[in-house]
Amino acid sequence: MRLLNRSAGRLSRHRRGPLAGLVVLLLGLLMTGGLYAAFSPASADETASSADQIAKGRELFLVSCSFCHGQNGEGVRSEDGNQIGPSLVGVGAAAVDFQVGTGRMPLAQPGAQAQEKPPTFDDDEVAALAAYVASLGPGPAVPDEGDYSLAGMSDEERQAAITRGGQIFLTNCTACHNFEGSGGAMPRGGYAPRIRGVEPRYIYEALLTGPQNMPNFSNGNLSPDEKRDVIAYLGSLEEMPNYGGFGLGGLGPVPEGLAAWIGGIGICVGFAVWIAAHTTRSNKKKVEA
Amino acid sequence: MDTTKVANTNGTEPAIAAKPSRAGAVASWADDRLGLATMAKKNLRKVFPDHWSFMLGEIALWSFVVLLLTGVFLTLWFTPSMGEVQYNGSYEQLRGIQMSEAYASSLKISFDVRGGLLMRQMHHWSAMLFVASMMVHLLRVWFTGAFRKPRELNWVIGCLLLLLGTLEGFTGYSLPDDLLSGTGIRAADGFIKASPVVGTYMSFLLFGGEFPGESIIPRLYIIHVLLIPGLLLALVGAHMLLLVYHKHTQWPGPGRTEKNVVGFPMLPVYAAKAGGFFFIVFGVTALMGALLSINPVWKYGPYDPSKVTAGSQPDWYMGWPDGALRIMPGIETHIWGVTISWNVMLPILILPVVAFTVLLLLPFIDAWVTGDKRDHHLLYRPRNAPTRSAVMVALMTMYGLFWAAGGNDIIAIRLHASINQITYFLRAAVIVGPVIAFLVTRRWCISLQRKDNETLLHGYETGIIMRSPEGGYTERHLPLDATRAYVLTARDRDPVVDGEVQHEVDGNGVPTPHTGRLSGVRNRLRTLMWSDNVQKPTAEELDAGHHHAEHEHELQTALDGHAADGHQFDGHHLVEDEGLRHH
Repeated sequence: MRLLNRSAGRLSRHRRGPLAGLVVLLLGLLMTGGLYAAFSPASADETASSADQIAKGRELFLVSCSFCHGQNGEGVRSEDGNQIGPSLVGVGAAAVDFQVGTGRMPLAQPGAQAQEKPPTFDDDEVAALAAYVASLGPGPAVPDEGDYSLAGMSDEERQAAITRGGQIFLTNCTACHNFEGSGGAMPRGGYAPRIRGVEPRYIYEALLTGPQNMPNFSNGNLSPDEKRDVIAYLGSLEEMPNYGGFGLGGLGPVPEGLAAWIGGIGICVGFAVWIAAHTTRSNKKKVEA
Repeated sequence: MDTTKVANTNGTEPAIAAKPSRAGAVASWADDRLGLATMAKKNLRKVFPDHWSFMLGEIALWSFVVLLLTGVFLTLWFTPSMGEVQYNGSYEQLRGIQMSEAYASSLKISFDVRGGLLMRQMHHWSAMLFVASMMVHLLRVWFTGAFRKPRELNWVIGCLLLLLGTLEGFTGYSLPDDLLSGTGIRAADGFIKASPVVGTYMSFLLFGGEFPGESIIPRLYIIHVLLIPGLLLALVGAHMLLLVYHKHTQWPGPGRTEKNVVGFPMLPVYAAKAGGFFFIVFGVTALMGALLSINPVWKYGPYDPSKVTAGSQPDWYMGWPDGALRIMPGIETHIWGVTISWNVMLPILILPVVAFTVLLLLPFIDAWVTGDKRDHHLLYRPRNAPTRSAVMVALMTMYGLFWAAGGNDIIAIRLHASINQITYFLRAAVIVGPVIAFLVTRRWCISLQRKDNETLLHGYETGIIMRSPEGGYTERHLPLDATRAYVLTARDRDPVVDGEVQHEVDGNGVPTPHTGRLSGVRNRLRTLMWSDNVQKPTAEELDAGHHHAEHEHELQTALDGHAADGHQFDGHHLVEDEGLRHH
């Protein structure tokens, strides 16, 4: 009660409390500082944290990557001139984010192609590694969500983007990745991986950096909008119901043929055996032939 | 005197025939005009033998019926035209895209016609089953010897049906004009162009100009819905008529001879069985059409010669030439400015033609080698013709390996293998594999023949172990029952061959048959065919075997006073009083 009626005994209701000025001053300072921090260009503090991140990335790099890529990311060649690990100067943060973030790097084993596996590093470590490699030379940065999201578009625009993306996909991607992104074979044990259900960021980065056997779809080749549309098309395939029923892996006529032989012919022949085994008889008791 | 047939009344009313039933009246009306009763009477009582393997061809027949039914449905909406339209249907991912009317109408059938997608998928699945069941049927006919005289021409008709079914399938899956089918037609164009000299002319003739042109879809359509189905129907009819004329083959058994057919009549037994089987095949196709996605044309997008997709394969029945093409080393010859593309010509234009010709001629080659001019209506088990079975298994192995080559990319990604290594392996395997398969199958069959003889002579294994006074253990064998023994022995004795060329003339100066320029080859083949076979036991051998078994039985009986006839534990007779149990 007393708390609520504190002003009752004062001379005026409008008279400020003794601490009001101080509070206003503090609020003003906080807002100014906060806004400055939010809108100012990279501050000295941030530079320091970025430098920290690079340093942390370099440490991780020295432990996990330098054996093949060299202590300064310059790449390592074997004595007979074969490349053990390529130079990472100029591959950019996007390449690191893709290769390390999807678990392809560090390599599970030497082979035709780096295989996807559960990532070794957590997001902060991937970011640190990416920052370090990006510091070696200018290269594509990790894309923002705005680069590959259709947010903010009207329904028609969205649909147009998906349709356009489908055409770009069928022209540029299906030759290796198959008509619905189920993946395909490449020479000598290489393969174009299945790209269904892959995070949009990684698809964008793969397009930008051209990992493994994949060609590099630079922004001059496929504009950022076109990349976004391809990703939107792939996303629309995820949302699309399986109109025809179970998709048999989305690998085309080979699994369909297997299903026809094993399923269809198998069942029909099974029924033929059943029909032939049940022949006519004049009473209910079955007579063994 | 039998008085039962004498009238027992002196009634004055004349006997009047009852009014015929309504069905009878209709039948009489029809019979008076069509005269079908006599034919029906004969054929409704026609006897067919009962065995599951005789119903494999039926799967093909009923799939064909499903194809006709669903195909008619599809023609109502399909537009066989390459005319370009803008798609404005229900499938959002392609709305606004320019495409051919053929593809647009395929999308319409899939998304905007009620039940259209189900019909499309049923049509496609039953096409796969149609060709597959024809092949299974073919294998049954070969392995059991049903191709022999007088059925060689029905074999030829069956082969033509298989060829036409395959072509019908190809023209069918090429129609939607999606990316996959367009790639298939593009490949076909390449194959045609690979034929020397006339290739380009034939391609221009087929496509009405340069690929793809405007004509190919309408042309394929009319081939698919009119020309080949007509031929298929006619040949199916001929196939069935010959089946009725020859009568169905049957397995040997007591009472079954080359001159009769033991089984059940068409009506009611086979009408019910075959009719029921139609519904089963229809049901299986419907289930597959409803549950399993096949050829999702909407995902492939409209055909555009600049596009292609990984995993571009033909349907399974075209898969083996595709496999041959995939593993063929790249060989070309350049003569007088003309490129002869052996790498396309050999696997696609020559190999399938050779393979089909061999298949077509198999019964005739077989008859030439065996010199067998008799009619055969009794089948044999595959083991009793080891070389024939081995030939077919070798062909199947080759087919299967080419088939695997057709899916080499899918194998590579599913098994994480190198497509190159798979290709190198298959290049050798398609040649070595059939040889190994031939040898293994032939020896396997001969061993099974030996097993049969063993069973005939020494009886079957009862699983009862006898101990002799010396402490040795033997398994008791019991003679086969007469029916089983009959079935095992109901086969011809194979001719004895010594592999030498027969004399040109016999003792009386009459030229012996089967001599000529190829007689040496023929004799070597005859040797291969029969020389290692195991003949069935002679009557004397069988008697001796039985006598031996009885003798052994007696010896053992004397041991403990109990007839251990081997039926102590299988419920054939009561054993309570027998001492054997009480020990």
